[in-house]
Amino acid sequence: MKNKKESSFSRFDLLSEEIVFTILDFLHQNPCDIKSFSLVCSSFHAIESRHRRFLKPLRSEHFPKLFARYRHISNLDLSLCPRITDASLGAIAAGCKEALRSIDLSRSSFFSHAGLSSLVANCSNLVEIDLSNAAELRDTAAAAVAEARNLERLWLVRCKSITDIGIGCIAVGCRKLRLLSLKWCLGIGDLGVGLIAVKCKGLRSLDLSYLPITNKCLSQILELQHLEDLVLEGCFGIDDDRLTAPKLGCKSLETLDMSSCQNVSYVGLTSLTSAVGSLRQLILSYGSRVDLALANSLQSLSTLQCIKLDGCQVTCSGLKAIGNLCISLKELSLSKCIGVTDEGLSSLVTKHKYLQKLDITCCRKITHVSLAHITNSCTSLVSLKMESCTSVSAEAFVLIGQRCQLLEELDLTDNEIDDEGLKSISSCLQLSSIKLGICLNITDEGATHIGISCSKLREIDLYRSAGITDSSILAISRGCPVLEMINIAYCTSISDTSLIALSKCTKMSTLETRGCPLVTSLGLAAIAVGCKQLTRLDIKKCVNIDDGGMIPLSHFSQNLNQINLSYTNVTDLGLLSLARISCLQSMTLLHREGVTPAGLAAALLACSGLTKVKLQASFKSLLPPWLFEHLEARGCSLQWREKVFQAELDPKCWKLPLVDLE
Amino acid sequence: MDPDEKLCAETWVKSSSGHESLNTDSNNRPFTDFDRHHPKWEESPFNGCGVRTLGQQFSGFEGSFASDVDSQRQKKDLHGKQIPEAHESGYMQNWDPSAMLNNLLFLEKKIHQLQDLVQLVVGRRGQAMNQADEILVQQQQLITADLTSIIVQLISTAGSLLPSLKNSESLASQLGQFGGIATQLAGVTDNVVPNKMEDRHDPTGVSEDHDGFKRDANLRMHMRGHGDEYKTPAALAKPHKESSSDPIFIKRYSCPYVGCKRNKDHKKFQPLKTILCVKNHYKRTHCDKNYTCSRCHTKKFSVIADLKTHEKHCGRDKWLCSCGTTFSRKDKLFGHIALFQGHTPAIPHEGAGAWPSDQGQSRSEATNKVEQLDFNSCQGLMEVERSGDDPSNYFSPLGFDTSSLAGFQEFPRPLFEDAESSFSFFLSGSGDYSPKNGRYAAPNDLE
Repeated sequence: MKNKKESSFSRFDLLSEEIVFTILDFLHQNPCDIKSFSLVCSSFHAIESRHRRFLKPLRSEHFPKLFARYRHISNLDLSLCPRITDASLGAIAAGCKEALRSIDLSRSSFFSHAGLSSLVANCSNLVEIDLSNAAELRDTAAAAVAEARNLERLWLVRCKSITDIGIGCIAVGCRKLRLLSLKWCLGIGDLGVGLIAVKCKGLRSLDLSYLPITNKCLSQILELQHLEDLVLEGCFGIDDDRLTAPKLGCKSLETLDMSSCQNVSYVGLTSLTSAVGSLRQLILSYGSRVDLALANSLQSLSTLQCIKLDGCQVTCSGLKAIGNLCISLKELSLSKCIGVTDEGLSSLVTKHKYLQKLDITCCRKITHVSLAHITNSCTSLVSLKMESCTSVSAEAFVLIGQRCQLLEELDLTDNEIDDEGLKSISSCLQLSSIKLGICLNITDEGATHIGISCSKLREIDLYRSAGITDSSILAISRGCPVLEMINIAYCTSISDTSLIALSKCTKMSTLETRGCPLVTSLGLAAIAVGCKQLTRLDIKKCVNIDDGGMIPLSHFSQNLNQINLSYTNVTDLGLLSLARISCLQSMTLLHREGVTPAGLAAALLACSGLTKVKLQASFKSLLPPWLFEHLEARGCSLQWREKVFQAELDPKCWKLPLVDLE
Repeated sequence: MDPDEKLCAETWVKSSSGHESLNTDSNNRPFTDFDRHHPKWEESPFNGCGVRTLGQQFSGFEGSFASDVDSQRQKKDLHGKQIPEAHESGYMQNWDPSAMLNNLLFLEKKIHQLQDLVQLVVGRRGQAMNQADEILVQQQQLITADLTSIIVQLISTAGSLLPSLKNSESLASQLGQFGGIATQLAGVTDNVVPNKMEDRHDPTGVSEDHDGFKRDANLRMHMRGHGDEYKTPAALAKPHKESSSDPIFIKRYSCPYVGCKRNKDHKKFQPLKTILCVKNHYKRTHCDKNYTCSRCHTKKFSVIADLKTHEKHCGRDKWLCSCGTTFSRKDKLFGHIALFQGHTPAIPHEGAGAWPSDQGQSRSEATNKVEQLDFNSCQGLMEVERSGDDPSNYFSPLGFDTSSLAGFQEFPRPLFEDAESSFSFFLSGSGDYSPKNGRYAAPNDLE
């Protein structure tokens, strides 16, 4: 990109604006690229200003200037601006006008219905508003939103103060709604939801999780003729009694989530499934027991592709009956199910040969028999999650590599897998995510195979896998250029060599090196220079990291969003230097011996973008109260922790003990 | 009572008690005897009537009232002397001569009834020569039961006059009832169209107790609270529908407003049942709504009682729609919004809703001035109805009915939201009242 810019500087004038726009469309990976482009000359600056549609501003103070420059913003993400006042919204409304189509206010607060009202009045083409987490917004705000006549997607997650009246206004005002999320809107009941069902006939997706609704409004919802996605998670008011679906049925419904609906048994499910014939995905996690009767209630669902039964009690006959259903499942989740045995699981997987995703996390009774059946019949598996299947012997994991070549996602956390297994798995060339946390039997030998072969790996978790040393990481960093996330926490043998190697992975965004005593500021500096897109960094208990690591970090890692500095040797100086990182929002500082109250106060004041800070409780009395008030007014929440320093324990103790295994 | 008569009576009892199963109770004996000596009552029109109904429901008042006999007067006087004395000693302060008079009147009628009954017995006995003994015995048993019932009532009424009675209020209300009957009877005999204004100044003190009842069961439950004498089985018994020989007259009213569905010229005429219904219907439908709620300044009423009913729950109607309609229940509001396009729930407290406060203000101003005018018009209407001169304003298929209770239609009582529907009881029960509930049931039975 730089080459192009430099060599064709004069010729750019010959290119039409459309072509430059097309070029700019490709510069989306790193926000710094576009920044560099616009800084070349005034014409580039102007072109970039005209081209930009998406904006994720950092500071609400600059809104007037920002919107004076960018006239065609259609998508506005304000998740980095914790403090958005009515004046800010007014500036947005005046700046964006009709161009604005989508706005995300889910992380912002301090605005009221007045600001929303001016926004909605000026931006008549708004189709998407995310107002999640605005717990203080009341019905007046909902009434203001209701004026957005073209609204199609609305998120009101955790807007606890909005009642039926407010949602009634929205139902009447926003007739074009297609997506509505009312999760945790505890003030909304049957009446409000019923009115939504009556007025917003075009709804495609509706999330009613944890609402105090009953069967009464459910029948109204099921009459929506376009509804595709319905989430009823944790609706305890819905039960078997009178759970009758309308005669016509909801033909369009494809996804139904009834997790944690504890009062719905197979009786209610039978009457419900009779109406939703075209269902593709059914989620019954943490619900009633999965037995023969429940499996039989699914018989009318001929197009079912995905069943999630996480956390349910499962019987062998129930699993067999699901296996005998006249459907071909693509996705099955039995995570944390109690009662999954070799017999039940084997008979199930042998019938569903086209299974692509299987989650058997914590099915601790299953052995190599199940894994043999799974790998034998489900050769098209793309995702296999089997954390803590501790009864599966080490030899069985070889089968995964031999038979499931299409695997992209593999979770083997807390398993008996050894190097032989890893060597076999390294033949899964499509692998993009592998989790090998607390796998105490693996060493560099196996991990090196993975690193060399799996070039598409984006995510690797080696948490507390104590056998891993620098040589594995070297192989991984060389073999996996697209690596985005790596966790080498408590791999105590890891040193700066690994970090220097990892700094070659330019796409790295998340790095976790907790409890690696050999890692120093030198390694961190290499990471800071190499991994420009680093957003999350956890260096807790890296006792050898000091201010020397912070200064390059603050200089180069301008995208850093979260940092954990607990138990490191960073002092006031390092802390203050972090203020240069404008994106920094979350910081954890526990047991910081080198930090003085004055330094901490200065750092907190200087890091103006902070939204969440975890601090040692002992600082609370040492800092002035006005500081807390100031920070809170800025939109930063302070969390105080009283944690006692814990000595490092034997790595074996992190393995989940086999208590429930008879 | 002269000594000769008494002597005769006693001898008759002595001679007849052996084979007469009538009633050997010593309390009844004097009455029974007395009646026995008047065989001329055999020709009474009530001879052939169902005796049981007569005894329990007192519908024979009119007949017995008409056939006044000297000895009957004599009997009444006897009682009349006793009771004022009792009152003078006990209730000097609140002694009400008119109430007393009414009470005595009731006693008198009771005695008439007794006479009728005994007359019947005599009549039966005359016929009994030609009839089987079993039928005779059955009939006598029936008569005995009725007699007992009447006598119990007589005693309780008479007892309520005694000075030792503590509950003067219950006495007053009871007296009022009897007074009501008297007024009613007067109305019947004079053939006067019910005149409601009279009852506004009810001398009997009944107006203290304004409760009206839609169902007679409610009335009887209510009356229990007025004293023990209303807890007798007879008083609490469900009054039977009258199957008397009297023709049942049902009076219906028509709204004077031509073209109204309540007007008799309308194709689908729905008559009004009472004159009160007419009044309220006319006010609600054809008059301006002058009374504005002082709280919300929006709701208007033409009947002041409606306003009062509304004001009782005005502040509590917190569910409001953008159209200004208020609802006491949230589900009603949502039903309303689901039904109508463009209506939204209004948010009252924070003022962002479309609550039409200014609109309501102007409305209330506009309507206040019409108040006086409307009152006059209504007054005029009432007068027309009362006089009954104008047949076009007054729809009554059978003129008036025999038991129409003078002015009871206008008795002060809680106003019903829907006057028409609240009067759906007792359509055919023109004579269906007892002394206990006559006053209350009357407006319902009447038209």
